[in-house]
Amino acid sequence: MPKLSALCALGALLAFAASGCAPQLPGAGASAAGSAQDFGKIERGRYLAAVADCAGCHADPGGSGALSGGRPIPTPFGMVLAPNITTDRATGIGAWSDAQFDTAVRLGRTPDGKWLYPAMPFPYYSRMSAADVAAIHAYLNTLPAVRHSVRADQLPFPYDIRFGMRLWDALYFKPGPLPPDPRKSAQWNRGAYLVRGPAHCAACHTPKTHLGGDRPQQPLQGYALDGWFAPDIAGGDQLGLGHWSTADIVAYLQTGHNRFAAASGPMGEEVANSTSQLAPADLQAIAVFLKDEPDQALLARPLDPHEPVMQTGAAIYAQMCSACHRSNGTGVAYLFPDLADSSSVAAANPATILRVLIHGVQSVGTAREPTAPSMPAFGRELTDAQIAAVATYLRNSWGHGAAAVSAAEVRDARRSASGSS
Amino acid sequence: MARQLPHKDVVIVGLGWTGSILAQELTDAGLEVIALERGPWRDTATDFSPAYVQDELRYRIRHDLFLRPDQMTFTFRNKPHDTALPIRTWGAFMPGNGVGGAGLHWNAETWRFLPSDFVLHTHLTQRYGARFLPADMTIQDWGITYADLEPHYDRFEYLCGTCGTAGNLGGKIQSGGNPFEGPRSRPYPNPAQEQPFGPTLWAKAATELGYHPFPQPSGNLSRAYVNPLGVRLGPCTYCGFCEWFGCANYSKASPQTTILPVLMRKANFTARPESEVTRINTDASGRRATGVTFVDNQGVEWEQPADLVVLAAFTIFNVQLLLLSHIGTPYDPVANRGVIGRNFTHQTISDCTAFFDKSKFIFNPFIASGAIGMCIDEFNGDNFDHGPHGFVGGGYMGHIQTNGRPIETTPVPQGTPRWGAQWKQAVRDSYLSAIKPGTGVHGSMYSYRDVYVDLDPVYKDRFGRPLARITMDFHDNELKQNAFLTDKFAEIFHAMGAQRVDKEPRKAPYDITKYQTTHLCGGAIMGNDPHTSALNRYLQSWDVPNLFVMGATAFPQNAGYNPTDTVGALAYWAADAIRNRYLKSPGPLVHA
Amino acid sequence: MRRRDLLTGTAVVLVSSTLAPAQALTGALPWHPDAGTPPQPVEPGAWKFFTAAEAAAVEAAVDRIIPPDPQTPGGKDAGCAVFIDRQLADGYGQDRGLYDSGPFQKGSKQQGPQSQSPPAARYRAALAALDRYCHSADGGGRPFAELALQRQDEVLKGLEAGTVELAGVDGKAFFEQLLKDTQQGFFADPIYGGNRDMCAWKMIGFPGARYDYRDWVGRHNERYPHPPVSIAGAPGWKPA
Repeated sequence: MPKLSALCALGALLAFAASGCAPQLPGAGASAAGSAQDFGKIERGRYLAAVADCAGCHADPGGSGALSGGRPIPTPFGMVLAPNITTDRATGIGAWSDAQFDTAVRLGRTPDGKWLYPAMPFPYYSRMSAADVAAIHAYLNTLPAVRHSVRADQLPFPYDIRFGMRLWDALYFKPGPLPPDPRKSAQWNRGAYLVRGPAHCAACHTPKTHLGGDRPQQPLQGYALDGWFAPDIAGGDQLGLGHWSTADIVAYLQTGHNRFAAASGPMGEEVANSTSQLAPADLQAIAVFLKDEPDQALLARPLDPHEPVMQTGAAIYAQMCSACHRSNGTGVAYLFPDLADSSSVAAANPATILRVLIHGVQSVGTAREPTAPSMPAFGRELTDAQIAAVATYLRNSWGHGAAAVSAAEVRDARRSASGSS
Repeated sequence: MARQLPHKDVVIVGLGWTGSILAQELTDAGLEVIALERGPWRDTATDFSPAYVQDELRYRIRHDLFLRPDQMTFTFRNKPHDTALPIRTWGAFMPGNGVGGAGLHWNAETWRFLPSDFVLHTHLTQRYGARFLPADMTIQDWGITYADLEPHYDRFEYLCGTCGTAGNLGGKIQSGGNPFEGPRSRPYPNPAQEQPFGPTLWAKAATELGYHPFPQPSGNLSRAYVNPLGVRLGPCTYCGFCEWFGCANYSKASPQTTILPVLMRKANFTARPESEVTRINTDASGRRATGVTFVDNQGVEWEQPADLVVLAAFTIFNVQLLLLSHIGTPYDPVANRGVIGRNFTHQTISDCTAFFDKSKFIFNPFIASGAIGMCIDEFNGDNFDHGPHGFVGGGYMGHIQTNGRPIETTPVPQGTPRWGAQWKQAVRDSYLSAIKPGTGVHGSMYSYRDVYVDLDPVYKDRFGRPLARITMDFHDNELKQNAFLTDKFAEIFHAMGAQRVDKEPRKAPYDITKYQTTHLCGGAIMGNDPHTSALNRYLQSWDVPNLFVMGATAFPQNAGYNPTDTVGALAYWAADAIRNRYLKSPGPLVHA
Repeated sequence: MRRRDLLTGTAVVLVSSTLAPAQALTGALPWHPDAGTPPQPVEPGAWKFFTAAEAAAVEAAVDRIIPPDPQTPGGKDAGCAVFIDRQLADGYGQDRGLYDSGPFQKGSKQQGPQSQSPPAARYRAALAALDRYCHSADGGGRPFAELALQRQDEVLKGLEAGTVELAGVDGKAFFEQLLKDTQQGFFADPIYGGNRDMCAWKMIGFPGARYDYRDWVGRHNERYPHPPVSIAGAPGWKPA
């Protein structure tokens, strides 16, 4: 993500004038007729807060569980700090009305007129219904106030000028819910609502433009962020979730593990905080929707196995990797990921596999799948060229085809991915 | 002045197999539990990489995963009139260190004891008469029966995913299993591992000789498995770097691969590695434990108060802590009084090396795992009539193909020069066509008046406390037993077609420099009589009712089997008593 | 022993303070990236412990303990002296981890080694004594490495049997140590300096640092065809 072009683009926005009063979406702030003691609404809000994974960004990094903010959120433009969304009136959002909450979540504007960066995934939350957002607000209002002042603005100039969000919104933000597709089933539409709305999968999984907006022609087809490559999760056979049944998808989201893969890093957190709490019917709906998403085709031809780099990679793989992942790459279900059926391995962008090879990784442990099997780090035992050879071998075996990885890319990957999970 | 930590319901000393089992059980019961472990945190993901775990020098020869004698060791002498000297470097046994304890780097040989083993004194005196036993042999009944323990054996085996072929299901003998074993309530959770060439041939020869060979019960998994806690293990890959080593691919049962992923997620459990417990504290009466004192790795002393203390360290460290904490009456071998330190045992081990025609036999000894092999049990326990032989006890024997690691396992025929061109040629000729089992003859060691543990009067540990002192030698009974078993073992190799079989029977004196398993047992044994045991049948201290002592420390004598399955079963048995009886009404569970 | 008695100043002194304070662990399985302690392969080059003269003697000795033959190098070309040199320069040489508190007294053979002197010091003293012996008329009048091979064998056999005595040094114990270290160096992974090019493993047919034989368990009485690999890799690892 070259920062220079983004810099130029945003630089053009500096002259843009502010305008107008705080906007609102239809239905905003119209609290349902129930009282503050509407437990059904609060429970629905608790559930939706898990779907929307508020905790993923807003939870206290110290581990207390409070949504008191302070966690640094990496963006392509620098760090933002997640604000405090507890009910504290001074440092949190305790003073906000329902309407103001709705405007922030579904329009990206705070009560004092600030334009939120899309690190807060409001473009996706915008697709939620007013009632759902109100329910979340009702739930948040039941949580204790925590005094914790967060200075959210951490981006370097010129990204710290929130004015720039105006053009961004104009380019990329279409507020309001999407209409259901009458040609599809109710289940598909529920999945679409969840994926495109509160679960905001595209925030990580859809490729972005230089300005950080979704590429509309490639929904959910993979995106590199924070030293990982969030894989293609559309329905394609070779690069997406094509080989996974809906039951596989549900198992993965619910437990972090299935026959093929193990959630780790940011997705491991997401599973622990969010999808493992979802109702099976909603997970099923998400699965049905994802498998129906159009996908890109695999274009690259695999390298010839006799190429020297493939032979080296194969030799290293046989000695270092096959005792877990097996000589045919299929691993052990629920324990060692299936490399032969892995969109991370298949992806054109090797960030994830390089990071995992260099630094190791721990998969998520959940109540249903507590093992949390982990891959050791090979970055000290193997040279850049050797890691490149293994990565190249993986990406061109078992039906995959992708460009060879160079030693220079491995060297860069060592620097860029600090290894923190 | 030791700093006080916040109170916990339970403090567990040591986080190996029994510490992990008790922690899991007691946290499930809703208690706040802390476990203190002398050694470091260890786990597959952080410590055992398939990139470098195959390092014989580091792990087998330099003992990288084991306790360092400068952190803690013992003194040793053969006889009470000798002067004990420090064990400056390990030899005869090798205590583990760190989370997982020895359960991390064990072979995973997973045997139940025989029903007769638990009532050994009664059984042997009934069958052979009291005068058949040596006068100074101090074997005792355990205070429990095999039937008491059976459900807990089952529990430990299903926790581990133990692989084997049942020999006795509910009283019905099953072909292919051990016909001598006590009845099982259900089969093993996993089938036996596939056998390499050597053990297969050995079993064929054993069958031809009229024995009933069966696969050794193994905690090296034959297939992927999910245990009752939801923890998953993978299939063993026969790497041959098993015992002494950590497993790099989640396929050896250990606390790490069976319990810790669940235990560590619990908010009511805390583990403190690198924290060495130096004493169990008691109140003024000396009959109630108030917690423990430990030293962290900065040298700072802490006190951990608790309502219940579980001593789950390695055998001899349990005994040492009881002695240093003045709990129970120390054993006096001369007066034959006292219980802490008595009935201390090890194992009686021997082996054979068999040499075959190298043009006809290729054994590939490096295709191996810690517990893979075929065994017979005809000569264990009281499975045969000892009358004509003049000894009691016995052991299993088998061709357990644990490794072909070249520093350890490059056998040459006896009489070969130890170095030079002939040695080199003999190594070259023999490696692929010789058999030296990793476990061969695995015999019992019964208990004696003059084999015991006490505190050394001279040598100290790094805190200035006395080292534990081991007084141990072989007795004629075990030497006769071993000579007999080793001869039988050699016969099977001859029947296999070996050109030459070198016997290596165990000889006196007991030698602290030669490795012979780490199955040290006893020292604070269980029983029905507080005059001759330290613990009641629930592993509860007779002297301090809120103290339970886990492990093979409780064995009144050692049987002809590896101890871990029995250690695990006793831990579940004790946990059951604590959860369902002690917690409801704290106090002595047995009134003697 | 009363609790007070434990609180000697030595408690703090004896525990290493170079360790990071241990953490109490709760809530999740601990993990961090880049975990593990991969071994440091030995660097070829200058001796780290032996003097040139000592190295010459040891190289000659290891070459008699494991003589060269047409198929397999001897101890010298296999790097056994390099192995011993690097081990003595490291923790092994200092008896690191062993219990080295006194009083020191000789016990029975089955009570194990009771020497106050770690291997590094013992090698130094023994090699000096060996050198003096070899220079004497009995020894042959020249350094060990310059004696005829047959004479070298005689000296070593004499040490082994106790018939060759070294002044001030237990020659028999030294020989046992040298024998053990040589053979260990021969068979250890090449990263430790011996077993150069995995020559010892090739000699016997040990496949080295492999970790998966599932496809071979059932192939009874079949020669395993693949060459050995080391922790540091195998020849096939060099990418073009």
